[in-house]
Amino acid sequence: MSPRDTLTFAADAARGTPVRTALMVLAMAIGVAAVVVLTALGEGARRYVMGEFSALGSNLVVVLPGRTNTGGIGAGSLVTSTPRDLTVEDAQALLRAPLVSRVAPLAVGNSEIAYGGQLRDTLVLGTTADFAPIRRYRVAEGRFLPAEDPRHGAPVVVIGDTIRRDLFGTRSALGQLVRIGDRRFRVIGTLPASSSGLGVNADEAVIVPVALAQSLFNSNTLFRILVEVRHREAIPQGRSQVLQILQQRHDGEEDVTLISQDAVLGTFDRILTALTFGVAGIAAISLAVAGILVMNVMLVSVTQRTAEVGLLKALGAPDGTIRILFLSEAALLSLAGAAAGLILGYFGAWGLRAAYPALPAWPPSWAVLAGTFTALVTGLVFGVIPAGRAAQLNPVTALAKH
Amino acid sequence: MAQIELQGIDRRFILGDSIVSALRNISVAIEAGEYVAIMGPSGSGKSTLLNVLGLLDPPDAGTYRLDGRDVTTLGSNEQARIRRERIGFVFQSFHLVPRLSARENIALPMVLAGIPPKDRQARVGRALEDYGLADRADHRPDQLSGGQRQRVAIARATIMRPEVILADEPTGNLDRATGQDVTQILEALNAQGVTLLVVTHDQELGSRARRCLRMEDGAVVEDLRRGPSSSGLR
Ligand SMILES: Nc1ncnc2c1ncn2[C@@H]1O[C@H](COP(=O)(O)OP(=O)(O)OP(=O)(O)O)[C@@H](O)[C@H]1O
Ligand SMILES: [Mg+2]
Repeated sequence: MSPRDTLTFAADAARGTPVRTALMVLAMAIGVAAVVVLTALGEGARRYVMGEFSALGSNLVVVLPGRTNTGGIGAGSLVTSTPRDLTVEDAQALLRAPLVSRVAPLAVGNSEIAYGGQLRDTLVLGTTADFAPIRRYRVAEGRFLPAEDPRHGAPVVVIGDTIRRDLFGTRSALGQLVRIGDRRFRVIGTLPASSSGLGVNADEAVIVPVALAQSLFNSNTLFRILVEVRHREAIPQGRSQVLQILQQRHDGEEDVTLISQDAVLGTFDRILTALTFGVAGIAAISLAVAGILVMNVMLVSVTQRTAEVGLLKALGAPDGTIRILFLSEAALLSLAGAAAGLILGYFGAWGLRAAYPALPAWPPSWAVLAGTFTALVTGLVFGVIPAGRAAQLNPVTALAKH
Repeated sequence: MAQIELQGIDRRFILGDSIVSALRNISVAIEAGEYVAIMGPSGSGKSTLLNVLGLLDPPDAGTYRLDGRDVTTLGSNEQARIRRERIGFVFQSFHLVPRLSARENIALPMVLAGIPPKDRQARVGRALEDYGLADRADHRPDQLSGGQRQRVAIARATIMRPEVILADEPTGNLDRATGQDVTQILEALNAQGVTLLVVTHDQELGSRARRCLRMEDGAVVEDLRRGPSSSGLR
């Protein structure tokens, strides 16, 4: 019997009992749809979290002065006790590393800002133009710090939203002269409300060129150096390049600490992926239930079609052919169920996205494949017993059934 | 060498703790092209004998040779192949597949044998013509009369051009006129050289065959041969 004839015969047989077939297809469809929707949910949650993290700059490496790492004692650390300061020159040197795309030195201190007789405490961030793209900062009005030699900055300032409201109210701050500490700065830009990132709220801060911040605080050290590597996968290599350059500049001593988000991110990624697999597994249980249903319905079908099986045997169908006929029927039902389930599942995922636009609830392709494959395997596995029973029927007694 | 040779065939059924001997030591030889009626009271083993001849039921003892070849010891796939290619069955209750049309029912043995659709179509078309079913080709069995159903069943039994046709009370569910119709179709097949074995309760039908095996209690008690003149046809 040719494969095509086998499928035609099996499809005809399935169509012969439309209600039963529809129920079985529905059961399978619900199982597959559950897999698709739940994995879409899990995967959506994972992508949402990852997206939020990368909004903070996921390919960011932060350099801190001093060695706080407990892992391993280098040869140098036995000799010195106090770490060297980080300098603007250190930051600039990091641009030599091939995997580093941007660098922003960061000096931080507290000061006060005055305008038109009003005085406020403020956090002063001294940095360079690249700080904005690295931290994904945008300006509300005006512009960010200009790109210039970080050792001599122009006296300009970008102010946070709260500072702007407190000092200027509804008037425009752009172009106005303010006093910070004992120096005068011209406001060239303002930040939008709640420009935050990594727990630092810039609403109450002002951003000035790093050289000016350092002279305000009368120091030439840096609080941090923010390093952006070219892409997330380059973080480990980028780290070692950064470390190597700083070590060279610090007389061979490894006296800095590097923090990157990839470790945290990796953990989240793993947890949420595991979660997705978990819900997929739970959904797969409904597929198994569907499989048991397929088995029972197929068993009923074999009983009802006993005379037909007897006839097929009398007409010369070998046991193997009978087995394949019933297995094909189970496979076709499963495939139909899987197809219907995919449609249902994609529709459900679409509904999720419509209801929660922030959630990128797209079913992952592995889940779609696995769901379909599991439906097919379930149908076949649970079809084995009914098909075997049909193949083992005694033709004489089968023909006597009516 | 006879086409069919049975030697000492026994068939027993175990029912609870009693043993029913459906066939006892049956030895018969049938030549190719013969027309044999099998008669006898109910429960005498006629159907069982036909099932053994059709390789649907294995005997408990004895040998069955088909064209000189012992077929009782063959594997089930080989036996299925013989049923497919050399034996045609006709049943009292027709045994058509209810969801398939007349055309599809007739084509079924060729489908099982893996004959390509193009060849099938031509042969089924001819069979539909031959059995006067051309205008019923796409009807399902429940849309056909008893006589038409049995004609579909006979067309199906002959579509593989078997050498032997085994018919178990083929007219048992038909009225007299349609029964005679069906008998004539079977006899016409026999006239073309097909060996025909018919189980029947109908004395008149039985007397049309050139040979009559009378069974009683699982044994052949009479083997009556008549001259060709008494045959209905030829
Ligand atoms: N599967 C079976 N199990 C048990 N006993 C059986 C079985 N098949 C047949 N028999 C018994 O074997 C004997 C012969 O049965 P068989 O069907 O061959 O009779 P028959 O001559 O065809 O009768 P009828 O004219 O009523 O069709 C009967 O006694 C029957 O009860
Ligand atoms: Mg009988």
